[in-house]
Amino acid sequence: MIKFDSVSKRYPGGHEALLNVGFELEAGEFAFLTGHSGAGKSTLLKLVMRMEKASGGQVIVNGKNLNRLSRRQLPFFRRDIGVVFQDHQLLFDRTVFDNVALPLLVAGYSNDDASRRVRAALDKVGLLKKENQNPIALSGGEQQRVGIARAVVNKPVLLLADEPTGNLDPELSAEIMDLFHQFNQVGTSVLVATHDLGLIDTTKHHVLTLDQGRLVQQGRTS
Amino acid sequence: MSKKPASSTNSRRKAPKQRSWFQQNQEVAVDSLWRLLAEPGSSLLTWSVIGIALALPVCLLLFLQNMQQLNGNLDEAGNISLFMQMDLDQQALENSRAEIVAMPEVSEVIVITAEQALDEFQESSGFGNALEGLDENPLPPLLIVTPGSEYLTSLPLLATELESRPDVDSAQVDLEWIQRLFAILGFAERVTTGLALLLGLGVILAIGNTVRLAIENRRDEILLVKLIGGTDAYVARPFLYTGIWYGVGGGLVAIFLILLAFTVLSGPLSQLLVLYGNDFSLTGLNASNALALLVTAGGLGIVGAWISVLRQLKKIEPT
Repeated sequence: MIKFDSVSKRYPGGHEALLNVGFELEAGEFAFLTGHSGAGKSTLLKLVMRMEKASGGQVIVNGKNLNRLSRRQLPFFRRDIGVVFQDHQLLFDRTVFDNVALPLLVAGYSNDDASRRVRAALDKVGLLKKENQNPIALSGGEQQRVGIARAVVNKPVLLLADEPTGNLDPELSAEIMDLFHQFNQVGTSVLVATHDLGLIDTTKHHVLTLDQGRLVQQGRTS
Repeated sequence: MSKKPASSTNSRRKAPKQRSWFQQNQEVAVDSLWRLLAEPGSSLLTWSVIGIALALPVCLLLFLQNMQQLNGNLDEAGNISLFMQMDLDQQALENSRAEIVAMPEVSEVIVITAEQALDEFQESSGFGNALEGLDENPLPPLLIVTPGSEYLTSLPLLATELESRPDVDSAQVDLEWIQRLFAILGFAERVTTGLALLLGLGVILAIGNTVRLAIENRRDEILLVKLIGGTDAYVARPFLYTGIWYGVGGGLVAIFLILLAFTVLSGPLSQLLVLYGNDFSLTGLNASNALALLVTAGGLGIVGAWISVLRQLKKIEPT
């Protein structure tokens, strides 16, 4: 699903965010990306989303070589990937329902189809009753769950999450992680970036550890 | 369409029903309009700016159109007076008249014999007594030639042609003021066209700038939409419609202003024209002109929005 082949990323100004990183994430796998802040986790996710381009090496995601992806193809590539942001990135000028519906609107779904999928996604994260509220009225944990519903509403093949539990207490964090597992069980590949090692059961998951831009540890024990 | 066998990663993904291109556009068009109406104060301000900029050149153009119509009513002013040879008798004069009136450029010829001319002169000049002392009529017979209105501009040519006839002594055209009027109208038309182009450019820039602010206001949304797979066309569409609505709204304001101006002006202008002895009616904005104005305004709006969208949306990329 994701393949990095000696990938480097150097930002203008000379900062080396990633150095010669190579790994492979199989379809249907659940992986964690860990490391201290500044180790390159966000950069790696940005390369997977093609928000940034690699300075060297090959990035292949969902069968597509991102070095060769044109500007025209980019939106269609991103529709197959769901992203959960640390700061939710919800729009406060519309309801919870409309926030979750946005990826479907963008992809041009019919209204009937979209409504059905939005309700299913909201039901999954336990927020169906709050579909008509403005997300600003929700708690942090609820907002994050709206973000997750939006990330999965389009049934992506790959789910990325950048510090999804960053601002949540342990109990809520566990709930969020449980949701990710449920999506993984129906076949979605999941990659979660986090420095919260307490969340990770290293015996079950593929773990990628970054330190100063290098992949220092890679374990797969399942 | 035939269903192709689903690959392993796609097996869960049923092909979703799509909204049609038309339906998507309709939704965005309505949504863009609601966004403008949700802020009536600032929208009305923008519409007024655009409306004034559009109304000014259109008013001038309509004024010119009216002047040209007025001009068309003045064709009797473009007469040619033919002073005939003194020795022509009544019969010869009638023959000349028949020949000239048969020319395609000529619509009417009036004969004024030497006697009639003398009578008229005695009546109007006050030299009656002095003239009675003459033993011979010093005035030549006169033909007054009225050309068809479409030949008004080629009067001097016609006059030269008539003057070359053996029976004509000289031809006189009182054209100067018509030529001046034409020159002024031509100049005014040029100025109006220039003004229209400048103000049109102003409208494009005003709408472009307003759309630029709208884009800035929705920056977060644009970033997000790009991250979840919105195409450039999808991102641009609402702003293009915003531009159209600014243009069309401005066009409506312009139509209102033009109607207002004509209502206010028609009274005094009619009075003025009555003094010129014209049965002249003021031509205002008709339905097709108004429609053309709205379409033009919408077009300027989309051009302005397009410029902003091209400049701004490339800059807003998720990083």
